[in-house]
Amino acid sequence: MDVAEFELTRLSIGCTAEVVRISAEGLTRNRLLDLGLVPSTIVEAVRKSPAGDPVAYKIRGAIIALRSEESRLITVRPVI
Amino acid sequence: MTNLTAELEQVVRKAQKVRRRLGQVRDQVVRDIYRRGQEITEQAVRIHRAKGDLDRKIDNIVTSRILGYPLMLALLSLVFWLTISGANLPSAILAEVLFGFQDRLTALCQWLGAPTWLHGVLVLGLYRGLAWVVSVMLPPMAIFFPLFTFLEDLGYLPRVAFNLDKLFKEAGAHGKQVLTMCMGFGCNAAGVIACRIIESPRERLIAILTNNFVPCNGRFPTLIAMAAVLMGAFVSGYNSLAVAAIVAGVVVFGILVTLLVSWALSKTLLKGIPSTFTLELPPYRLPKIGSLLIRSVLDRTLFVLTRAVAVAAPAGAVTWALANIYIGDISLIGHLAGWLQGFGHLIGLDGFIILAFILGLPANEIVVPILIMSYLSHGSMLELDSIAALRQLLISNGWTWLTTLNMMLFSLLHFPCATTLLTIRKETGSAKWTVLAALIPTGVAIAVCFLVTQIARAFGLV
Repeated sequence: MDVAEFELTRLSIGCTAEVVRISAEGLTRNRLLDLGLVPSTIVEAVRKSPAGDPVAYKIRGAIIALRSEESRLITVRPVI
Repeated sequence: MTNLTAELEQVVRKAQKVRRRLGQVRDQVVRDIYRRGQEITEQAVRIHRAKGDLDRKIDNIVTSRILGYPLMLALLSLVFWLTISGANLPSAILAEVLFGFQDRLTALCQWLGAPTWLHGVLVLGLYRGLAWVVSVMLPPMAIFFPLFTFLEDLGYLPRVAFNLDKLFKEAGAHGKQVLTMCMGFGCNAAGVIACRIIESPRERLIAILTNNFVPCNGRFPTLIAMAAVLMGAFVSGYNSLAVAAIVAGVVVFGILVTLLVSWALSKTLLKGIPSTFTLELPPYRLPKIGSLLIRSVLDRTLFVLTRAVAVAAPAGAVTWALANIYIGDISLIGHLAGWLQGFGHLIGLDGFIILAFILGLPANEIVVPILIMSYLSHGSMLELDSIAALRQLLISNGWTWLTTLNMMLFSLLHFPCATTLLTIRKETGSAKWTVLAALIPTGVAIAVCFLVTQIARAFGLV
């Protein structure tokens, strides 16, 4: 079964997804990997900033805020 | 030549290939580390659900669409109000004790038969400057720093950065600039050092160049005193809530200027797009009150106060000398202020105020003491131990509400103190940026005061 992949940006608040790949390069890629964003990591969108961006995600027990510029580079799929 | 180019290209291609392969290796390493970590965590760590739920509930309120911003403003005002109303009484007591001791010193000098000039330099200059700085600065600092450290330890400040990041992104700056600004409330030099947390050089420079628009602890007493003068003299009745609101308003204005200047810089001198932003929102922790008090009082309060005293004492002596050495009929300070009078008037201040800011370059704390000393030197002698006395002095020197407002604005926006400039020199390693760090705020300060003054005068408000 082929599950639809989508950008992390489009994950609704309160929903959970699994990281498929990171398309960032260079420093940004390092930063995201350091946070534990590797394939198969479970990510939950926790809350939006009052201004709509950044969005806080729960990643491996920590709450991390990402701007849409970064979360757009992370491809996820729904958890089965 | 072409041969060399071809060879170089080959090397570069090879390097890229190796790097890609290494990248894959690195990804695998990171993945394995995290998998192992997860295995260990699952076996060893038990998670309390209740704690996370409480954090969630708090965050639902402090970062909510409706309450997020008003709450930040309310907290800011609350901190100022607690500081202002709490500092009133201790300040008055300290002033009474310290200025009372001045009379003893004077008596001692007379008994020793000390020459008038020595008594002037030591008691009227050095000691009085010192007494002012201690009585006016110590109580607000001893309240403000613990309160701020409390918010810091609680984990609230990253939430502020989270709420405000969008604005900073629009301005081409980094969300973590908010955290460096929070440090700036304590001391701009510390704020400039804190800019190291911003990795991108472009955004770090923006944060360094604009840190000064957050009023540091050396300028808070000035802002509070001016707000109090404004309340009693030109607007009806003193009210500590209103004073807190004025100070909070000034701080918010400073934040707006920070955003505007950041935006202007990222469109001109420091062009570029915002870089990576990741920010942890740590779990809330109830701070340990004991260690909080020790850190905020010993590390911060005493550190800042010592520095202020070390600068204020000699500055007091120098100012007294300037005010009491005469060329012709006018003191040196009178001459200097006279030259600056035209410019001062143009931006709604006067020559003495401009001179006080220039002489106050070593530390912002001493601007008001210098100003008071220079006013006192050519006018009536009065004991300056309360805001009411300060108000009287300023009014008798031709101050209006506009002068008071401009004094606050100029204090908020003008060039950073010498310590901050030296820190900027050290952090940027560039004389050019250090000069700009002085010129940009000064330009903004002059422009804002000029505009406010001209508008107020044009509408006949003064």
